[in-house]
Amino acid sequence: MKITLIQFMFYLLSSVVVIFSVLTITSRNILRAAVYLLFVLVATAGFYFMLNYQFMAGVQLILYAGGIVVLIVFSILLTSHIDLKLPKARLINLVSGVLVAVAGMAISITAILQYPFEATSNSPLPVDMKAIGNQLMETGSNGYALPFEVISVLLLAAMIGAIIIAKKGKMKKTN
Amino acid sequence: MLEGIPMKYILIVSTFMFFSGVCGFIIRRNLITLLMSVELILNAVNINFLVFNRYLFSDKLQGHFFALIVVAVAAAEAAVAIALIINIYRRFTNINVEDVSEMKY
Repeated sequence: MKITLIQFMFYLLSSVVVIFSVLTITSRNILRAAVYLLFVLVATAGFYFMLNYQFMAGVQLILYAGGIVVLIVFSILLTSHIDLKLPKARLINLVSGVLVAVAGMAISITAILQYPFEATSNSPLPVDMKAIGNQLMETGSNGYALPFEVISVLLLAAMIGAIIIAKKGKMKKTN
Repeated sequence: MLEGIPMKYILIVSTFMFFSGVCGFIIRRNLITLLMSVELILNAVNINFLVFNRYLFSDKLQGHFFALIVVAVAAAEAAVAIALIINIYRRFTNINVEDVSEMKY
């Protein structure tokens, strides 16, 4: 059996995702866990490129890999010492976590393998920037103007909330 | 549609990612690692949305926009969560889940 280039890329990306998502949650150095998370997110962007969603891959790279991971690294550096080792997980937590994960994975994968997915027979829509922009701003039956507005209000609220929560207020002396 | 790659393979990869996020959420006791586990979970869900859109409903863009909105919600959630974590750190000087058990102002 000959492996095509796209299959090779798929196996490469999925092994990166699998290995580094496990390392993200098992690594005891928290800064290293953040870097592993970055690898997972970049590999996900690779999946999006493979699926031909270039815009979504760009958003993933900019917002997740560029924004959220940097934010997480900053907060790690602000709140914990750089070579802090996380304590070992308690046995009860470890057992229950692995049990939940394995059971959930077994159920989901059997469900995925058994379900007969049916693809639509309509011709595929080209996903270019023009189509995305038109649909995002449209108010008709295919439009997503309302979710777009709602999400912009949500982002504004989150931004103001984050500033108000994190700013140094007049704190009562408690200690 | 990707040649030679069944849709179920990608779904299995994203399932693995989702449940490693769930597992990390349970076994870790640090607020920032909890946040990272949530990011893993949201990311796995995003992969699923885009894969379903590409393979099953390639004549529409619904999964694409839903994934876009999930990314925006994740960004907002990360910003607020990190603001909260920094505030908690200032008040309790650590960010372990057990030590932050009182909500009294």
